[in-house]
Amino acid sequence: MNRNTVSTNGYLLKVEDLKTYFLIKKGLLRRTAGFIKAVDGVSFDIKKGQTLGLVGESGCGKTTVARSIVRLVPATAGEVIFDRINVLSADKNELSELRKQISLIFQDPFSSLNPRMTIGNIIAEPLKVQRAVTGSELTERVAVLLSRVGLSADHINRYPHEFSGGQRQRIGVARALVTEPKLVICDEPVSALDVSIQSQILNLLKDLQEEFGLTFLFIAHDLTVVEFFCDVTAVMYMGKIVERATSEELYRNPIHPYTRALMSAIPRVAGGRHTAKGSFGGEVPSILNPPSGCPFHPRCPLAEGDCLKLMPELKEKSDSTGHFVACWKC
Amino acid sequence: MDDNNILLSLEDVSTYFFTEEGVAKAVQGVSFSIKKGRMFALVGESGCGKSVTALSIMRLVPAPQGKIVSGEIFLGKRDLLQLSVKRMRAIRGNKIAMIFQEPMTSLNPVYTVGNQIVEAIRLHQRKSASQAWADAIEMLRKAGISDPEQRVREYPHQMSGGMRQRVMIAMAISCRPTLLIADEPTTALDVTIQAQILDLLGELQEQSEMSILLITHDLGVVTERADDVAVMYASRIVEVADSRKIFAEPLHPYTQGLLKSLPQLGYSAKRLLTIPGTVPEPLHFPTGCKFHPRCPIGCSDKRCQTIEPPMRAVQPERRVACWYAPGYETNEEYKEYESKYGKHKRVSTEG
Repeated sequence: MNRNTVSTNGYLLKVEDLKTYFLIKKGLLRRTAGFIKAVDGVSFDIKKGQTLGLVGESGCGKTTVARSIVRLVPATAGEVIFDRINVLSADKNELSELRKQISLIFQDPFSSLNPRMTIGNIIAEPLKVQRAVTGSELTERVAVLLSRVGLSADHINRYPHEFSGGQRQRIGVARALVTEPKLVICDEPVSALDVSIQSQILNLLKDLQEEFGLTFLFIAHDLTVVEFFCDVTAVMYMGKIVERATSEELYRNPIHPYTRALMSAIPRVAGGRHTAKGSFGGEVPSILNPPSGCPFHPRCPLAEGDCLKLMPELKEKSDSTGHFVACWKC
Repeated sequence: MDDNNILLSLEDVSTYFFTEEGVAKAVQGVSFSIKKGRMFALVGESGCGKSVTALSIMRLVPAPQGKIVSGEIFLGKRDLLQLSVKRMRAIRGNKIAMIFQEPMTSLNPVYTVGNQIVEAIRLHQRKSASQAWADAIEMLRKAGISDPEQRVREYPHQMSGGMRQRVMIAMAISCRPTLLIADEPTTALDVTIQAQILDLLGELQEQSEMSILLITHDLGVVTERADDVAVMYASRIVEVADSRKIFAEPLHPYTQGLLKSLPQLGYSAKRLLTIPGTVPEPLHFPTGCKFHPRCPIGCSDKRCQTIEPPMRAVQPERRVACWYAPGYETNEEYKEYESKYGKHKRVSTEG
């Protein structure tokens, strides 16, 4: 191993104070007029074989976290350590190795598959790029994977348009697994699918996790899906994690006012008629012009004093292990 | 059925699309009625025909491929399908208003929101421009937009998704419609904003006693908000009932399957129960009951595979289209089948 390795204490992925800022350019000379702090100091780690869920509303930075981890967007600061390799400072060879071990499943099964490629080629492409496996061995691996994700091996020469949304997402899953990755990042993998198909894909991902010992970073906005799927859940708001705990603990005992608001806003089938659930007004503020202090304070019923001036840090609750929350009032 | 309480009723409405590949029967034999001042939800997965049903009510089915081939749609005593184009236009946006899923594409980007609301008002009501502007501001305030005097002069791109949907609602209620059709009004919005918009719709409904036809795929939204529910599957309604009853005791296997396949908060399971297979395409509907290939009972039942069960009442205020629904054996088709083929041997109903 080379210099660029670090010890990780049983964690497959460790993200430390990750910051990803986008520059805002203005005027004729494209001068930098400011930053969009899409991800602003995010830290978490995922143990091998576990699933971490990242939830939040649109624009909170959850997808940017994922893209920064695989270096699809350059991170501004922080550390990402995957399997003892420092991702953000990895050189070309290490990066190519990393991309074999980390793969992605995307939200929209319609736009994430090239319509002019056959299913066989789509699934085999990551391996062709890596030049890891070739020839008949490659075809065989694709066929095995196809049947493993619930499609027929005969489908290998068909095109994406011949498949339904759920089937396409299965193709996306097969493509993600073809390089035998250790970590799979799922970015809203079921939110574009119908209810009856969602549960099929979620079950498939769970089965595959058990079979191949996969580790998942699962990004979603649907809290019920995250609770079902993830061991640990982190809630993001405006580029920051505001609460993190095991899913069981978080859903039983949500502490941060934002988490509580999110939970109460979910329409539940078992809940009966809607009752006034306490006022939760306002909208997510513009990320171009974030509020001072705690970013949630303009919408928070508890906000006062320090909340308006100082940013709360993500701290572990004294009475419970592993429950982190960033709030002055909790 | 001719109840004074009923605002809109559909009788056996079918809408087909005549395409090059064949006839896509998007909506077949749909009947339901919406009571005054109630929220009626039409639930189903994509492609089941729920949006086409809404477009049929508005008579906005894309022509020339799409055509309402049969049925009657009564608003009060008038059959909307018999009206002239001109008279229908006077009802559309006036008595019946509609809001859509994507608030960005349904607003015109080059006009201020005030302009667009004023246009709707002046089209249907004799009002001066200044009176219409005052109305527009009032409607925006009703739709929960703070500082409406300022906002009325803004363009859609200056607003967030939730705010644009409020503008759409303001425009829809500007002519005080008796029926508001909301086609997936919150699907493009975040959960916290979704709750706000649904609260707003509920408030407006209470104040003005209008009826709402809510089209959605979200069963959670339906249980919490709707009074009555119709579940649609592959162009047909398969179950209609009071929303509390349908979720407490779903009768159709499709409704049962949908409810079981949802992950629920505070109730963790190792695996989710699923409905096998996929939603059929309108050009390739299966024979018999359209749900039979995915149904735990129907997939091995000869009758389900060959004869489509019609919607029949099985309890007061509850109708369902399933040969196996409890109470279904009292209807005539069932008896007719048995007199023809002898007593039907029931497949085990252990789902």
